[in-house]
Amino acid sequence: MEKLINDFSYGLFFWQLILFVGLIFVLKKFAWKPILNAVNEREEGIKNALAEAENARKEMQNLTADNERILKEARNEREELLKDARSIREGMIETAKGEAQNEAEKMINKAKESIESEKLAAIADLKKQVAELSIGIAEKLMKDQLASKDAQVKLIDNMLKDVKLN
Amino acid sequence: MQIFKRCIFIGLIMFRIQNFVSALIFLFAISANASTVSDSIPSHEEHAAPNQELKSVSFRDEIKEDIKHHLQDSHDFTLFHSKVDGSGFSIPLPVILIDNGLHVFMSSRFHHGESVAESKGNYYALYHNKVYKTDAEGTIQYDEHHHPTNAKPLDFSLTKSVVTIILASLLMLWMFTSLAKSYKKNNGIATGFGRFLEPLVLFVRDEIAIPNIGEKHYKRYMSYLLTIFFFIWLLNLLGLTPLGVNVTGNIAITFSLAILTYLITTFTAKKDYWKHIFWMPGVPIPMKVILAPIELLGTIIKPFSLMIRLYANMTAGHVVLMSILGLIFIFKSWVGGPLSFGLAFALSLLELLVAALQAYIFTMLSALYFGMAVEEHEHHHEEAHTEHH
Repeated sequence: MEKLINDFSYGLFFWQLILFVGLIFVLKKFAWKPILNAVNEREEGIKNALAEAENARKEMQNLTADNERILKEARNEREELLKDARSIREGMIETAKGEAQNEAEKMINKAKESIESEKLAAIADLKKQVAELSIGIAEKLMKDQLASKDAQVKLIDNMLKDVKLN
Repeated sequence: MQIFKRCIFIGLIMFRIQNFVSALIFLFAISANASTVSDSIPSHEEHAAPNQELKSVSFRDEIKEDIKHHLQDSHDFTLFHSKVDGSGFSIPLPVILIDNGLHVFMSSRFHHGESVAESKGNYYALYHNKVYKTDAEGTIQYDEHHHPTNAKPLDFSLTKSVVTIILASLLMLWMFTSLAKSYKKNNGIATGFGRFLEPLVLFVRDEIAIPNIGEKHYKRYMSYLLTIFFFIWLLNLLGLTPLGVNVTGNIAITFSLAILTYLITTFTAKKDYWKHIFWMPGVPIPMKVILAPIELLGTIIKPFSLMIRLYANMTAGHVVLMSILGLIFIFKSWVGGPLSFGLAFALSLLELLVAALQAYIFTMLSALYFGMAVEEHEHHHEEAHTEHH
């Protein structure tokens, strides 16, 4: 211990203290601060980048979820639309069918009516013509045959028979 | 970081073993030396015979002297020299003395302690690497313990240690400013050697500063902790190079480092810290009175232990390594030489670890003390735990 104190060099202590304190301040300004700042910045950068990546991942997830949801909605809507369309089509066909049937029936009825009326008219016409024809025939016949009374009666009788048959 | 921690744990164990081994070898070396010296002197007088033994004794003394010389600071930077013809290569360094005015001259005037240097009418001589004021012939008076009694001028010389500190500081400046620049140049990513330095900086921040000081206050201490960590480590490593410097094994250096830790702790301490020293909460009043001086002493013992730990470890490492290297010249055999070499090699590897470990321990404990100074006490038990380390 005594030797240590005897050997203690004040000069060396003095220089060491000055040089070392100087070294601390110089290094602080030109090395430690820039180094630690750079490292901190880098670490912050990495942290931020990681956080951003995580956010992006989440956003991506959200987007995919959204996409899927939208797709599903769209699909549902399409199905709905298709269903609607189908039902509308069916309805339309149904109504069209009904209308067509009605129309057809109407037309048929009309046709029937007109046929009936035509028929009636034709019959009437025919009757008229037959009557006229028969009158004409009768006139002719009468002119020839109905000179006698018997022949006239016979003819009338025959004619009446025919009329009944008709 | 887990691996780092494990390494440090293993390191601590190795370090204990190493301390133990060093102590053993040191003791062995000293006792062996002492016994041979006491044995050889009378035998030498009785019969002027065993030349061999005499030679080995002088060798031992020489090695001892060399180790002592190595541990001390020096006024010139000697890279190598020969004891046979005195040749070698050494760089003279400026000597700055304050002795009734400023005396500045190059250490080459001492001629490695062989001659007296004259400056402004005063004469100075080197004795065991220390400057003493002498007369023109360089006479040094001794007291009964063989200590010189000459006056010592205030020595502010730029010694070998100071030059090494300047070199280490410049090296650190270059290393870390280039790391800082590489961040700017390369968009926040270190390049080259910075890739090695960056994890170390982060280690100091994440494993030393933040756990011990806390997220809230650690930023204020980062500059000091980083500087002290790399400073001690670099100087420890330089001590292992063939440059033969021993800076961190000098008590003046470790004292200045420890006193900085003490001053920073004291001047950044919060009210809670002082309250825990002078009026410990949660204990009965008589205990408070007893604890106050103990705690106050503790604030000084903490940095004191820092100082002694670093000094003792580095000194021990250098002494043991040099002793083992010295054994090569004592054994002078085909067995002893390689054995010493192998041992020295293994020890050098261990010293490499100790160099980093001591830097870590110094920084870690400094951070711990700063942490205590700024701690806001909600939990008193934790402090008690950390105290035990």
